[in-house]
Amino acid sequence: MYILVAGGGKVGANFARTLLKDGRHEVTLIEQRRDRFIRLEREFEHQIQLGDATEIYVLERAGIARPPDVVAALTGDDEDNLIISQLAKEKYGVPKVIARVNDPRNQAHFDLLGISPTVSATRGLMALIEHEVPEHDLVHLLELRKENLEIVEVQIDERAPAAGKRVEQLDLPEGSRLISIMRNGHAEIAVGATELQAGDQVLAILQPGKEDELRKVLLKS
Amino acid sequence: MKALVIGCGRVGSNLALQLDREGWDVTAVDEKEEALSRLGDHWTGGFVLGHGMDTDVLREAGIEDADAVVVATDGDNTNIVIGQVAQQRFDNQCVVVRVLDPARAEFYRQRGLRTICPTSVAIDVLLDSVRACEVRPAETATT
Repeated sequence: MYILVAGGGKVGANFARTLLKDGRHEVTLIEQRRDRFIRLEREFEHQIQLGDATEIYVLERAGIARPPDVVAALTGDDEDNLIISQLAKEKYGVPKVIARVNDPRNQAHFDLLGISPTVSATRGLMALIEHEVPEHDLVHLLELRKENLEIVEVQIDERAPAAGKRVEQLDLPEGSRLISIMRNGHAEIAVGATELQAGDQVLAILQPGKEDELRKVLLKS
Repeated sequence: MKALVIGCGRVGSNLALQLDREGWDVTAVDEKEEALSRLGDHWTGGFVLGHGMDTDVLREAGIEDADAVVVATDGDNTNIVIGQVAQQRFDNQCVVVRVLDPARAEFYRQRGLRTICPTSVAIDVLLDSVRACEVRPAETATT
């Protein structure tokens, strides 16, 4: 595959390095800062170019018009990553664009402009912490951004209003559904007759923003 | 009529002052506090300290009921993103965006963003000035 990587910082350079090590890809890395470029050029040689990847002529010099199979916008600047992604997708028809989100508050802008998938270190860390720290009663396992759905896990304890009830008796929020119940190490698909018990780990699929409603039905009275 | 001017540097501040003189209710946004001093001691319009990428800042500055939004920070990409947010998220009908790079200005103009490129304007004016010199052909100078 031909992969164009914008941004030669720690994230971009390591991503490009890993791809090249794989041996199956053609990679071009674009770095704007001259000092960083000179340091990386020793390693990447002809596979790195100096320039601002939000400039159209720089992208064209790096072969964006071919177009690449993947463009990864991994600079430390969210505005730049947004513009690179839009140019790649909409001007050159790049089939797959991945963008890095540095400040999680900018995620909404990426969503608004249809840039997906995005990667965010902060979001990844938060998901890990949620998973590891038990006071988070509802854990985000997977975000299906394009589908506007997410998969979460909740733990039913003995005080939970859902304990002892069948799935069909629950007043689940619209746009949500229970997927499976994990009990004593065994998982089963949740159907209407499935009875929830204390200690169950329940997987649910729902539209983002419905977490609190789901929490109310399953966990808090 | 309410106008929002995002980026209160040399361009933004003078634009804000001019709109104010023309009777607009103007709020300027800039991430630097010094920017307020560009508006002078008698500024009676609004000023919000913060970054235009922050939607809370935009709301505080009144983007939801602004009749016009001018985006003129010193970053092309920042301006393009804020302009699209104003247009698409806040459904603002009059959004004008300063973009110094002619290539990006043209691409986003085609996509429906009203971009103004001072570089292209400068090139046109400079060209016209050169043409206006009426330089004679070289051979007439040697005779």
